[in-house]
Amino acid sequence: MIFLNKPEITDNEVTDYSVYKKRRQFMKTAAGLGIVATTGAVIKPLFSQSNSSSFSTDEEKTDYKDITRYCNYYEFGTAKTDPAKHAHTLVTSPWTLDIEGECDKPGTYDLEDLLKPVSIEERIYRFRCVEGWSMVIPWMGFPLAELIKRMQPNANARYVKFQTLYDPDMMPGQRDNVLEWPYVEGLRMDEAMHPLTMIATGIYGKDLLNQNGAPLRLVVPWKYGFKSIKSIASISFTETQPYNSWQQSSPTEYGFYSNVNPDVPHPRWSQSKERRIGEFLKRKTQPFNGYASEVASLYKGMDLKRYF
Amino acid sequence: MQIQAKFFNNIVKPVSFVILLFPLLFLISGLFFDLLGANPIETIIRDLGEWALRIILLTLSLSPLSRALKWPQLIQLRRMLGLFVFFYASLHLFCYLGFEQSFNIRSVIEDIWERPFITAGFAGFLTLLPLAITSTRSKMRQMGASWKALHRLVYLAVILCVVHFWWLVKADASTPMVYTAFTVILLLERVWWSKLKNKLKQ
Repeated sequence: MIFLNKPEITDNEVTDYSVYKKRRQFMKTAAGLGIVATTGAVIKPLFSQSNSSSFSTDEEKTDYKDITRYCNYYEFGTAKTDPAKHAHTLVTSPWTLDIEGECDKPGTYDLEDLLKPVSIEERIYRFRCVEGWSMVIPWMGFPLAELIKRMQPNANARYVKFQTLYDPDMMPGQRDNVLEWPYVEGLRMDEAMHPLTMIATGIYGKDLLNQNGAPLRLVVPWKYGFKSIKSIASISFTETQPYNSWQQSSPTEYGFYSNVNPDVPHPRWSQSKERRIGEFLKRKTQPFNGYASEVASLYKGMDLKRYF
Repeated sequence: MQIQAKFFNNIVKPVSFVILLFPLLFLISGLFFDLLGANPIETIIRDLGEWALRIILLTLSLSPLSRALKWPQLIQLRRMLGLFVFFYASLHLFCYLGFEQSFNIRSVIEDIWERPFITAGFAGFLTLLPLAITSTRSKMRQMGASWKALHRLVYLAVILCVVHFWWLVKADASTPMVYTAFTVILLLERVWWSKLKNKLKQ
């Protein structure tokens, strides 16, 4: 397949044409602003991240310290500070990724082989937790679509299922039955192929720390944070909708889609507002976490109150 | 057990008072020295609520403890502890109103109406309110027997607090479980004691 043979992938091979056009549009605008930037230095910092994706937000980034000390990763304990304290037991090198199910290239892949052909880019995304807090995180990574195309899913592949490890020695939190282990997440194929959806390998230009989901972590910025499964050990293409861990834990509270939606409250708390880490007062939550213009069309005609 | 009234009043009481202020002092200093983690507001609101619950359980432990230790003086600490419960619960409520709701009354009412865990917490606070108001010696005298009846509301308050905690937990219920266990033990002990007292009377 072209992606295995060619190390360099051009943009239009992995991106929808419409998105590609939007990117070109952005670059034109950026170039236009660039002219302004030569006369007025104020705009310059906007472009200091030259490799930053057009999907990136220019909102103030959350401190690295906060991103790495305030985590939900129940495999290492249920307190926010537990993962930073305990995740060192996870061995992330060597790491393999199992590819299974409805595709032409199943198998066990070494992390290094997997990452060789991809080019890592920075994307600054908003991140909204179902608990009502949010961050702005400069992820390093690549579009999930690139990986999926390499694995050549067949016509039966309607969903993508992700799993992390089951290893209570490395993940001591798995000794408690707070959730069914291993952690499972899933996406519909079109969600997985969406250019916003990425596999993260780093934050702030550094490799991911264990507590943030090293070495491979899913990032789906328009969905609640628990969809962005950490330390992915297997990806499987399925015909049926995966039953994700939080849905299994409480089906009335957590759904499969879990799109950020201020109008659909969690049964026990409101989702209309969020606290941006580093700020005192809450701010309004945006539909699809502010990515509505990119992703709302994926859910056209769906009752978002029912498919929460 | 019995210690000199002078020592109890001049040392034990003020020392207890200062100790009960520690959680608040820790939170205030934590805010200045960045000890409260990435989400200090959440830490402050949670900790204030948890301390209210801890102290309410401590307050309820005083009477069985004084019986077990044969130390009736302990009961004299009950009013102060009870008022500390009200103090921490008020701060907890105030921080919720300010930091969570920006003092938007409409949104607060909506929250109380729609979120069971907020409903339970708010009901718990309303239950504590008359107890705090009638905590003075003169009110106690004025109300006589009805004072005691009114102050039985503390049992309702502790149950509402524990429910408030349970309903907010996402998956790991181990902490509210501990508080529930304490509550159940304290309530059962009272049932047992009142039955025993009735038997002795007969």
